[in-house]
Amino acid sequence: MNLAHLIGRNLLRRKARTLFTLLSVLVAFVLFAYLAAIRLAFTLGIDVAGKDRLIVIHKTSLIMPLPISHLTRIAQTEGVTAVTHATWFGGKYQDYPEGRFGIFPVDPAGWLAMYPEFVLPPEQMQAWLADRTGAVVGRKTAEDMGWKVGQRVPIQATIFHKADGSGTWEFTIDGIYSGRERGVDETQFLVHYDYFNEARSELARDLVGWFVLRIGDPEHAADVARRIDQTFANSFYETETTTEKAFVQGFANQIGNIGKILRAVMTAVFFTILLVAGNTMAQSVRERTSELAVMKTLGFTDGKILVVILAESLLLSGLGGGLGLLTGWLAVSTGDPTGGFLPVFFVPSRDWVIGAGFVVVLGLASGLLPALQAMRLRIVDGLRRV
Amino acid sequence: MSWVTQCAMITWMVLRTIPQRLGASLAAAVGVAGVVGVMVAVLSIAAGFRATLERTGSEDTALVLRSGSDNEMSSALSLDQARIIADAPGVRRGPDGPLTSAELYVIVDLPKRSTGTEANVPLRGVRPVTFALRDRVRIVSGRTFESGRNEILAGVGAAREFSLDLGQRLRWGENEWTVVGLFEAGGSLSESELWCDVNVLQPAYRRTMFQSVSVKLESPEAFDAFKDALTADPRLQVKVLREPDYYARQSDILNGIITGLGTLVAVLMGIGAVFGALNTMYSAVAARTREIATLRALGFGGGPTVVAVLVESLVLATGGGVIGGLVAYLAFNGYTASTINWASFSQVVFAFEVTPRLLATGLLVSLVMGLLGGLFPAIRAARVPVASALREL
Repeated sequence: MNLAHLIGRNLLRRKARTLFTLLSVLVAFVLFAYLAAIRLAFTLGIDVAGKDRLIVIHKTSLIMPLPISHLTRIAQTEGVTAVTHATWFGGKYQDYPEGRFGIFPVDPAGWLAMYPEFVLPPEQMQAWLADRTGAVVGRKTAEDMGWKVGQRVPIQATIFHKADGSGTWEFTIDGIYSGRERGVDETQFLVHYDYFNEARSELARDLVGWFVLRIGDPEHAADVARRIDQTFANSFYETETTTEKAFVQGFANQIGNIGKILRAVMTAVFFTILLVAGNTMAQSVRERTSELAVMKTLGFTDGKILVVILAESLLLSGLGGGLGLLTGWLAVSTGDPTGGFLPVFFVPSRDWVIGAGFVVVLGLASGLLPALQAMRLRIVDGLRRV
Repeated sequence: MSWVTQCAMITWMVLRTIPQRLGASLAAAVGVAGVVGVMVAVLSIAAGFRATLERTGSEDTALVLRSGSDNEMSSALSLDQARIIADAPGVRRGPDGPLTSAELYVIVDLPKRSTGTEANVPLRGVRPVTFALRDRVRIVSGRTFESGRNEILAGVGAAREFSLDLGQRLRWGENEWTVVGLFEAGGSLSESELWCDVNVLQPAYRRTMFQSVSVKLESPEAFDAFKDALTADPRLQVKVLREPDYYARQSDILNGIITGLGTLVAVLMGIGAVFGALNTMYSAVAARTREIATLRALGFGGGPTVVAVLVESLVLATGGGVIGGLVAYLAFNGYTASTINWASFSQVVFAFEVTPRLLATGLLVSLVMGLLGGLFPAIRAARVPVASALREL
């Protein structure tokens, strides 16, 4: 009788218990996958924010616009290698809530140069640059809305109505961009600022939402930011310059402790399930003390007993955890549980490694203690327990 | 012995012996308590948020926005339009004219007390008539702002969550403001806001428009006539909403996120806990195989055995459910937090609410878990083969 056979028989001796333990471990790791995806969603993809990009907003609040004339002065600031701008358009498509996807009037060439992670086929880029009423949209939004290249999309104005009083902006989808890597926002809807600026009401003309700039050396971000803010100090349009990372972090902070509470709860749940499952696994070994004594009597070495027990627990946690992570991956790929409210929703590669680590730890922790006890067991004591 | 007596007897025996299996029983009950506690706690976030927004509106008040806008942030109305709205039929009139309030809504950056990080705090430009419209507003310390001055009246929620104290001076852009008073508004959204004189706020933000007009109606029934009059008016392109409808819609996004995630966590955890309960109940049945067989040999039926195991499982589960609900209530009811309301892009201060409805849902979930966890072991107990089980002695 080889060891593998023995391990198999041990696992199958109480089929129901093995199955339920397996399923609890599986559920715990599905939860783990969701937890990782939710953590990423609530930090709004801080991990992927550009290190060499700074954001310039109005000092009082992001909702206050800045004059486009700031652009030249920012470009002249020492350390700045490129600058572009964007504006929050608002707007609604059909009956979707405002802000279902972000619409941004931008300078097309400048924007695509600033965000090389937005990958757009060259011919679509040419088409967009040449088409004033054209738009480029992220892959996710295009899929959600069922848009194709060449389609005309009417957007109902909310903040910015046209100067002629019309409340509808029509854009042609000239291209669909995709992210260069996972985590890139694939929901944006980008339109020509020039067209938007000329068509909107005169009151708001020549104002933009914020500037994005690239700096030569990320080490000097703080200096460049200070120089820019000093340039505009004591004017109505005072600025506040931060790194893109800090800017995104600022947004994530606004969500506040709600996100933290949710994550804390889920983490607690994950570990509780593991604890219960681990305990059940350890319990099933402890029940077999007398049997182990018999095995020792028959000549099994301590080492072999350790291997049998550890292999059993590692197999159980590996099977449950592996299936759990797989199920988690499949479940997370089907989309977020809130029906599209979270823009980025996937499990970062780092968390797969962490998850695999937990699988091993669970297997070791639940097997090692009873295995060590079994190793140290004196045959007489073990047999006496019958 | 009748069937009912048999049931009662076995059940009583089983329940009395729970202390003998304390470890396993406790594990099952704690599992259920965890599920119910987590579910109630997470959903209390959404319930509190929604309740705060729902308390803000009143049935006899209408909100007028520019057509196409879903919220004040993206709306704009001119002074002329505000005057036309004030003259519409159905508007209640006070001693100083119609009870309509054209307001400006902007956002200012203020640090959160808890973290020191900047947050989008709403600053609303109001006018004296606003206080007549929002009759729940009550000044709890200091005084109201004087018209024409850069003075701020802060909601108690905002003052609690953000760095704002009576007498404090704040600088936004070229203007310095002083906090002169704090107000309560019956736990509504208004308590998250800062209020000031709209005629001061407009020039400070170089705005000439308003964003919304709140209208007190003669009665809730006057709404339809009021709405029809405004939408038919060629001088206006507006959207007219009852306040409760407007605020209910404002909570959609956060509600969707929390409820979606909360349900997901509860379902996954529930599945995990049902497996835990199944393990416990199967062990309980296995440990009592001989006992059950003896009873069967004495003439007890299979039905009462099933009932007894089910009752044990249900008792453990409901016990766990009650504990979970209580813990969630004690730990989270009234816990205040603030988060960004994506709909208006500004912070909302609110308290978690463990409502009776949530507790009832939690209890129901625990019952279902008890039923699922007990059913199969109960059936196994009924099928115990008497002869072979007795031989195991």
